[in-house]
Amino acid sequence: MPDLAIIVPSVLNGLTTGALYALVALGLTLIYGVLHIINFAHGALLMVGLYAVYFLHSSFGIDPYVSLLIVPPGMFALGYALQRGIIGRASHGRDENILLVTLGLSIVIENLALFVFRSDTRSVDTPYSFEVVEILGAFLPLPKVVAFAGALITAALLWLLMSRTDLGRAIRALAKERKGAKLVGIDVDHVFAMSFGLGIACLGVAACLLLPSYYVTPQVGHGFVLIAFTIVVLGGMGSFVGALVGGLIIGVVEALGGLFLGESLGQIGIFLIFILVLVFRPTGLLGHKV
Amino acid sequence: MRQLALLGLVFAALFFVPFVVTSEAWQNTILMTLYAALLGQAWNILGGYGGQFSFGHAAFFGTGAYTVAVLQVQLGVNPWVGLLAGGLMAVAVAAFIGFTTFRYGLRGSYFALVTLAFAEVLRILANTVPFTGAGVGILIPLDQSAANLQFASKASYYWLVWAIALAAFLTVWWIGHSRFGARLMAVRDNEDAARALGVDPFAVKMRAIMLSGLFSGLAGVFYAQYFLYLDPAIAYGPAISVESLLVPIVGGMGTLFGPLLGAVALHGVSEASRALIGDLPGISLVLYGTILILMVLFAPRGLAGLVRRLSARRNSRETTNV
Repeated sequence: MPDLAIIVPSVLNGLTTGALYALVALGLTLIYGVLHIINFAHGALLMVGLYAVYFLHSSFGIDPYVSLLIVPPGMFALGYALQRGIIGRASHGRDENILLVTLGLSIVIENLALFVFRSDTRSVDTPYSFEVVEILGAFLPLPKVVAFAGALITAALLWLLMSRTDLGRAIRALAKERKGAKLVGIDVDHVFAMSFGLGIACLGVAACLLLPSYYVTPQVGHGFVLIAFTIVVLGGMGSFVGALVGGLIIGVVEALGGLFLGESLGQIGIFLIFILVLVFRPTGLLGHKV
Repeated sequence: MRQLALLGLVFAALFFVPFVVTSEAWQNTILMTLYAALLGQAWNILGGYGGQFSFGHAAFFGTGAYTVAVLQVQLGVNPWVGLLAGGLMAVAVAAFIGFTTFRYGLRGSYFALVTLAFAEVLRILANTVPFTGAGVGILIPLDQSAANLQFASKASYYWLVWAIALAAFLTVWWIGHSRFGARLMAVRDNEDAARALGVDPFAVKMRAIMLSGLFSGLAGVFYAQYFLYLDPAIAYGPAISVESLLVPIVGGMGTLFGPLLGAVALHGVSEASRALIGDLPGISLVLYGTILILMVLFAPRGLAGLVRRLSARRNSRETTNV
């Protein structure tokens, strides 16, 4: 039994990783909560965001944190276009079709990246990449602490947007009652595409906060997809607070799993949680009964 | 009966392919096409006829493949026994996944995600436990003899996959013409209405997933014996799951010949792309993904549906002309 001196840093480290997962999951939550789309291309689109941050840095010397002004808006536009151009048209009234189309999108995006970039691992070197902060005796990488704060701020902003703006009200109206929203004059296709764009913009934020401490390969999204789904399910579909808490839980589970079971088996805890929650409580830990 | 006759005719013709096509490269292409049709038909039982979209058929495939490989390499069990054991182990895994998910009424997208998660759990396990060779994988020693389920000629392998595919296609023909199949399709079309009519959806779906798992597992056994090498990413990776569902979706879900059409179309496209643009990493999968998107957008009933729609249009034109 490892003592507290090992467990506490491990938990803190897990919390910061969890915040990154939560960032990825926030967008997925928005997309699922409103459009009821299970966006399989989420990981692939995160990868697109990461490459964008990487190229802004390597070609123009733009710091990843400065990219926060460029990448999320770009990702928003991409998401809006994808929803209006492809995903929205594909449903034919069936959830499975959306699942398949987003799966197809992820295959196309990932393999185009593989074709263009090969499977080389790329990362961004910033002056602060290897700086550490000491918290409760644990040495945490500075970028991860920033990402932790970033996840909290993003969740808060999303919450404000949803509760205080007309767009937020329209989104919530659509999520609740599609037909009624249409009747009162809400442009359904536009609001759907706005929600999808916002969800993908969250990935842009995640990409900017991830890259100083992480890397990018064409397959980097794989590791995030199931984890993000686990968080969304765990947090109760469509709840931002749930996604945040779920992300932190998953981060800690992974860190402790790695500590007790070893690196390769550590992740199994995430999938077991996923299966257990889906099977026994599909509404999530914090979700309402359907 | 006409369908059964057509099925017999197609498989009889397929039987003689190795006598006509003697080039090893072409034999391999045709073999891999038939193998893809087998994978697709296995998925079709559960996904096409049962309406349960699994994203994790690799769980069954990999279990079949690992069973025959581990039994041979670690315990010296004859692979013909392994063939049987691989199929049965895949059925057991299918029963377990089916029981945990269908018991609690998991449907639609939730079912898809959970099957994917199960395949991931198995992949991580295979990556960790020693008897699968962990991440290094497992190499089946070369020992070519029919008694050892290893053949020197492509033709013999071809007839092996031909036989398994024939069994799968006959099973699906039976599903299309049996009470069980009628119940399965009723559950697919409207589970609540089916239950109201006295169908037990849980029992029906359990049988479907076990049959589906059986043929996926046998495809896995074939794969292991043909390539003599396995690792967790091959056996339990998402590529197999995607190929399993892509084939019937392209060809036509819930139809007997859909997976065959889909396999021929997909392999035709990938061969043509290889001939035209060479063997570049990722490009064939880009094509697959594009085809998947286009099919869902424009032909959600697959090639079989497209064919039916075109012939219906021609018929209606003929009748209006008269």
